[in-house]
Amino acid sequence: MTRRSNPRRNGEGNQRSWWRGPTDFAPLDRGPPTPRRCASRSPSACRGGFIAALTLLFAAVPASAQTFAIAGGTVALGDGSQPIPNGMVVVRNGRIVAAGDIRMKLPAGTQVIDATGKWVTPGIVGGFTRLGLSEIDLSAEGSDDTTANGPFSAALDASTSINPLSEPIAVNRADGVTRALVVPNVGKSIFAGQGAVIDTGADMDPITRRRVFQFVELGETGKDKAGGSRSSAHVLFRNALREAAELGRYASPMRGAWGGAADERQRPVVRNPNESRLYGLDARRSDDVLLTRFDAAALVPVLQGRQYLLVHAERASDILQVLELKREFPSLRIVLVGASEGWTVADRIASARVPVIASAVNDLPASFEQLAATQSNVGRMLAAGVKVSIGMIDDTDTRNIFEERQYAGNLVALQRVPGATGVSWGEALAMITSKPAEMIGLGSEIGSLAPGRRADVVIWSGDPLEGASAAEQVFIDGVRQPLETHQTRLLERYRYLPRRDLPEAYRH
Amino acid sequence: MVLNKSWTALALTAAALASGCAALEGKPKPAPPIFVNEDPYPSTYVRYPGVPTVIRHATVFDGDGRRYEDGTVIFADGVVQAIGGPELASPAGAVEIDGTGKWVTPGIIDVHSHLGDYPSPGVDANSDGNEATSPVRPEVWAEHSVWPQDPGFSRALVNGGVTTLQILPGSANLFGGRSVVVKNVPARTAQGMKFPGAPYGLKMACGENPKRVYGSKGNMPQTRMGNIALARATWVKAQAYKRKWDKYYKNGGDMPERDLAMDTLKGVLEGKILVHNHCYRADEMANMIDMAKEFGYHITAFHHAVEAYKIADLLRDNDICAVMWADWYGFKMEAYDAIKENIPLVHNSGACAMVHSDDANGIQRLNQEVAKALADGRRAGINVPDEVAWEWLSRNPAKALGILDKTGTLASGKMADVVLWNGNPYSDYTRPERVWIDGAEMYDANDPKRRPVSDFELGQPGEGDVK
Repeated sequence: MTRRSNPRRNGEGNQRSWWRGPTDFAPLDRGPPTPRRCASRSPSACRGGFIAALTLLFAAVPASAQTFAIAGGTVALGDGSQPIPNGMVVVRNGRIVAAGDIRMKLPAGTQVIDATGKWVTPGIVGGFTRLGLSEIDLSAEGSDDTTANGPFSAALDASTSINPLSEPIAVNRADGVTRALVVPNVGKSIFAGQGAVIDTGADMDPITRRRVFQFVELGETGKDKAGGSRSSAHVLFRNALREAAELGRYASPMRGAWGGAADERQRPVVRNPNESRLYGLDARRSDDVLLTRFDAAALVPVLQGRQYLLVHAERASDILQVLELKREFPSLRIVLVGASEGWTVADRIASARVPVIASAVNDLPASFEQLAATQSNVGRMLAAGVKVSIGMIDDTDTRNIFEERQYAGNLVALQRVPGATGVSWGEALAMITSKPAEMIGLGSEIGSLAPGRRADVVIWSGDPLEGASAAEQVFIDGVRQPLETHQTRLLERYRYLPRRDLPEAYRH
Repeated sequence: MVLNKSWTALALTAAALASGCAALEGKPKPAPPIFVNEDPYPSTYVRYPGVPTVIRHATVFDGDGRRYEDGTVIFADGVVQAIGGPELASPAGAVEIDGTGKWVTPGIIDVHSHLGDYPSPGVDANSDGNEATSPVRPEVWAEHSVWPQDPGFSRALVNGGVTTLQILPGSANLFGGRSVVVKNVPARTAQGMKFPGAPYGLKMACGENPKRVYGSKGNMPQTRMGNIALARATWVKAQAYKRKWDKYYKNGGDMPERDLAMDTLKGVLEGKILVHNHCYRADEMANMIDMAKEFGYHITAFHHAVEAYKIADLLRDNDICAVMWADWYGFKMEAYDAIKENIPLVHNSGACAMVHSDDANGIQRLNQEVAKALADGRRAGINVPDEVAWEWLSRNPAKALGILDKTGTLASGKMADVVLWNGNPYSDYTRPERVWIDGAEMYDANDPKRRPVSDFELGQPGEGDVK
């Protein structure tokens, strides 16, 4: 099954320089070398392995542009493959150059981090979260941006709410979560607004990509928001697409100030096609509209398939209605969220080619839309050919994203429970790294250690799917991150209680 | 004879005086006191039949800090018969189980659960945990809310290895009501699950919840000082009530009017009912400790004690347990200072530490929660051995529930509440393989018939499925 290392083994700090190889570096413009995975189960059969060579360019570069390697650890690529003993990860300019069972000639002076006895993986990608939207969830007014009950819905852009300095971001960074899909919560409408992908880096630029997807509720919550029935939610949804279609048809061209031809200097610079500025007052609308102009405009890219649509549905019949939408509007790029009863209709989800961000281990009939919930849901959907990742749906979505790796480990555990369907270790890791990224079109950027990906790398004290393991070093875009948090500072202050010459408040 | 005569005369005089007084003042001899039944909803739990069982070659944690490699656990007649190494002889006719590569532990005890009073499905019709109509509701009893058909019980058993749990009222109120301790054995009634002989608990709460719930309605308490003032005023009444009943039980006479709320608080003042106090912040715990001293009761445990690490010495010195999560934090203001080393820090100070779930999902992974806390503690230099950390899962909860003489460790004569794990229970890759409660096998991963299915789930999608 899986290999486990002893989390208590500490072999930190040893610089090693054991790689041997030719000194003639291949020029970079040949492209990065292909990572080689060892097909053999036997580590000794792999050891002689592949030797890659490449030129590493050196210049005065910012921290993110440095070159370094992580060597000697058990490396898992995050692409579904099994972990590779004694592997290596090479990072340059904030991107992965190569990773896996590789031996690479590196220029003298390159920093090599010894990961002997450690595990090395891509950073965890939170599959469905509200990370960065809330400092405190209850009775701390001003600190929670998850839900908006104002006049707008689909037009809301979660990226404008993200506070990169919020404590939950730091806590999750310290536990190896490097990216997250941030999904706003619904207010008055079935549409919650547009979600972002963020990094958890200790800097003021958290946004990896804004407005990546729209989020809509089409299960029990959608029913409530729509006025009390699922049919109402579905009509609201179709009407919203109609209003978007209408706007989309009349979007352009821009007119000049006096009705003449547009002056290019007056034309707004639109960097993102979702922006409502595209749809000025001249874009005609019917009289019977329910959405604001901004909300309708925000749904144009959804309708045109330029923005993903995350749809929350749990009940089997609700899931089938969502698949029906996909038939009715083939351009929609739907990602199912939740899908607790997905296993009962897994073949139909698979044939509709709709990926799923599922809860990993919810196994209670917590509501009447989750009566068939089982921890085997993910494994059964995967076995049926559904693309599955894990998210924090109806869970501690603002803060305990780090539990996803424990959940992933629990899915592995199911392999040994009679009658249950688990997933392999490699698949489980992929569900919290590459899979969520791929579902929203960012698989070529984040979520794995494949060449060219952003260098989000974590060195763990042991097997990352064991909750007992800890992130010891975290890199985001190749930049080593601080792992201090409010919590670690409190630990330092209160580690020893005996009274000293000054109060605790002076320990800092 | 003279003496006898004079005694007789005295007696006659006394009788005459007594009858004379009765005639004059109408005061009869006080009626003897009638003692109130303190157990009107008694447990009807009866252990299910088991077979003499021997598990050999397993790694055994006895829950009391001991570890046996190649350990042997023997139980029969509902109780542990022996625990030790391979030298132990099997009783005649015992079922032998090979535990090679597996672990045996006492069943997990969750000291803080709302299974049954906040059951699944979590619809309004089932929402029975908070009698949020007054901040002082010690008269309500959680057992009268517990729905024994909550499907959550079965998940806690088969995925969590939980054999005993305390079900508490919620924390909306300063005095939330009585808790109930149950065996995790399905029954038609709450009485059928009730742990025989377990004392009642009283749920108390400090901090944000009571002041939010009532303050938002413009009622007291609206502040933390309001919380304390109202709680103190209530204890003053309880003391007066107790004095009245103490006098009645001593002298007889007219029975005082019963007050169900005060009955519970009287039980606390008498030490019969254990105080389980929801309290997050260190400063508030200190206030609650002083209040307990002021009125002469003892706090058994602070629940959700996320700041216990700040006052671990105070808890130790006052013999109060801290009930904690591994890594929940920040979901409310009073949880902002939670740290992941809380449990090991409290343990390390010599105080009584334990984990709890307060959650129908978390109760299925308490062993993993301890694994995380244990590892976090070791990284901070607190080296608690694996076998000692199991105290956080069974021994200390049993102590806090007043049932340590009956369960919580694998000692001869104690209830055979036993879990056989298919690996190291501190791993995310491990699950219960078999679970016994009072020596009766209630779960076997290899036998779909040894898996409880609640009434609610019958005929529904997923009935009897692995969960």
